[in-house]
Amino acid sequence: MNYMGPPPETNIIEVKNLTKRFKKFTAVDDVTFAVKRGDIFACLGPNGAGKSTIIKMLITLLKPTSGQALIDGRDVIRDAGEVRHLIGYVPQMISVDGTLTAAENLMLFARLYDIPRAERQNRIKETLSFLKLEDHADSLVRTFSGGMIRKMEVGQAMLHRPKVLFLDEPTTGLDPIARQSVWEQLSKLRDNLGTTIFFSTHYMEEADGVSDQVAILNQGKIVAIGSVSELKAKTNKKEATLEEAFIFFTGNSLNETGNFREIRRMRQTEKRLS
Amino acid sequence: MSNYISQTITKAYVLAEMEARKLIHDPTELISRAVQPILWLGIFGEALSKVRAIPTQGFTYLQFITPGILTQSVTFVAIFYGLYIIMDRDTGILQKFLVTPTPRLALVWGKMISAGLRGLSQALIVFIFALILNVQLHLSLLSILGIIVIVMLGAAAFTGISMIIASIVKTRERFMGIGQVITLPLFFASNAIYPISIMPRWLQVVARVNPLSYMVDGLRTLMLSGTTTGVGFDIGILAGVALIISIISAWMYPKVVI
Repeated sequence: MNYMGPPPETNIIEVKNLTKRFKKFTAVDDVTFAVKRGDIFACLGPNGAGKSTIIKMLITLLKPTSGQALIDGRDVIRDAGEVRHLIGYVPQMISVDGTLTAAENLMLFARLYDIPRAERQNRIKETLSFLKLEDHADSLVRTFSGGMIRKMEVGQAMLHRPKVLFLDEPTTGLDPIARQSVWEQLSKLRDNLGTTIFFSTHYMEEADGVSDQVAILNQGKIVAIGSVSELKAKTNKKEATLEEAFIFFTGNSLNETGNFREIRRMRQTEKRLS
Repeated sequence: MSNYISQTITKAYVLAEMEARKLIHDPTELISRAVQPILWLGIFGEALSKVRAIPTQGFTYLQFITPGILTQSVTFVAIFYGLYIIMDRDTGILQKFLVTPTPRLALVWGKMISAGLRGLSQALIVFIFALILNVQLHLSLLSILGIIVIVMLGAAAFTGISMIIASIVKTRERFMGIGQVITLPLFFASNAIYPISIMPRWLQVVARVNPLSYMVDGLRTLMLSGTTTGVGFDIGILAGVALIISIISAWMYPKVVI
């Protein structure tokens, strides 16, 4: 562990010519981008644009067909084991165990992430109070509301203090109040610990409100990347919305496309969280 | 390498402990699973023991099938474990575990041990019910220990097979179909409810490569005769199958997320 790492001002994620093909279908098509350390980075696009596939490759679950991706200087294929210590992941659907208590859910991940025994209890307490769930430590998670469940998932994924937190459609199915409170926690996480946050979404307002950088994806390609104001400025329209910027870059509005499995998953998430 | 093995064992233990906690929080599942073995013993066993048509090596028919029913109830729980993998994939829990630095083999062993724990609770139910039906079983410290080992290994082997199937078929619907198709043939092509000697030749071959037969054989020796003759061989076969299957499974099941 004498790796000194690049200086903090450099990019924490570097993606070069990343491509993923499934038989004849190209899900991710020669994508190159970088994410700055400590940024909140949104991957915006309709279902099926390749957002999830990019995340899956970055979190070491899917091998790229070609190209390269580095997390904090480590290759997601060659150094997958190291990369897994550096990242946390919150999937789109419910991923905490409803039949365990909040504290048990956190303890499970504290142990899977090799947090030393002496620190575990403290870390769990800290996390629960950070999420304002300290009064629910010993309640079964299935009694929680949608917003509380999402927070628990963020808590599980940040226990080991990852450098990058990946979230797949983090607020699908949440009501506006719960959505706001999840993002308050995530921004606090970034501000307090410098965690880089990489998330995918198909909600314009979500990408607009919270992100430092937005990548617009369409049919496996990044068609535009920049800060929200930069993207809006490129449309050459006064007071353009992000929606208008999206249409400007993709030629389409953000319709629900996507395949059967994704749609079903989205609906199920909405049903369970509400 | 030794680091990998100790990591695997530690993490498998962590996962198994959480599974045990889940069962403690909500044991209703264990109770509903008790129905099937009770029906097999109480109705099928009682009825066939009146017929006296099956050679049972000097034991009553109820005695003869008790180890068979125990095996059946343990392996039927295990053979549907792959369904959890698919459900966990659909909810993202599986992806979340795969993103942690946990060795793949530990995730497989965690599931295997969890199936084993459920199997042991099944064993307890079968024993209690056998006691109620006044079935004479030979129980000593050694035989109980042997039964625990065989139940755990048998559950592990079939959990692994189930996970491999899940990683090939990938959807709940297809998995349920395959699960239904293989469970009964596995059961009937074994020595669970009749001895291999009365089977047609071709079925005898199938029964001898069926890991379920070795489970039944080991349990039957321990529970009925009170000796340990041949039990080491049965345990060896089961352990070998469980180990090979768990390695194949650790390699294959992460593919279910793709």
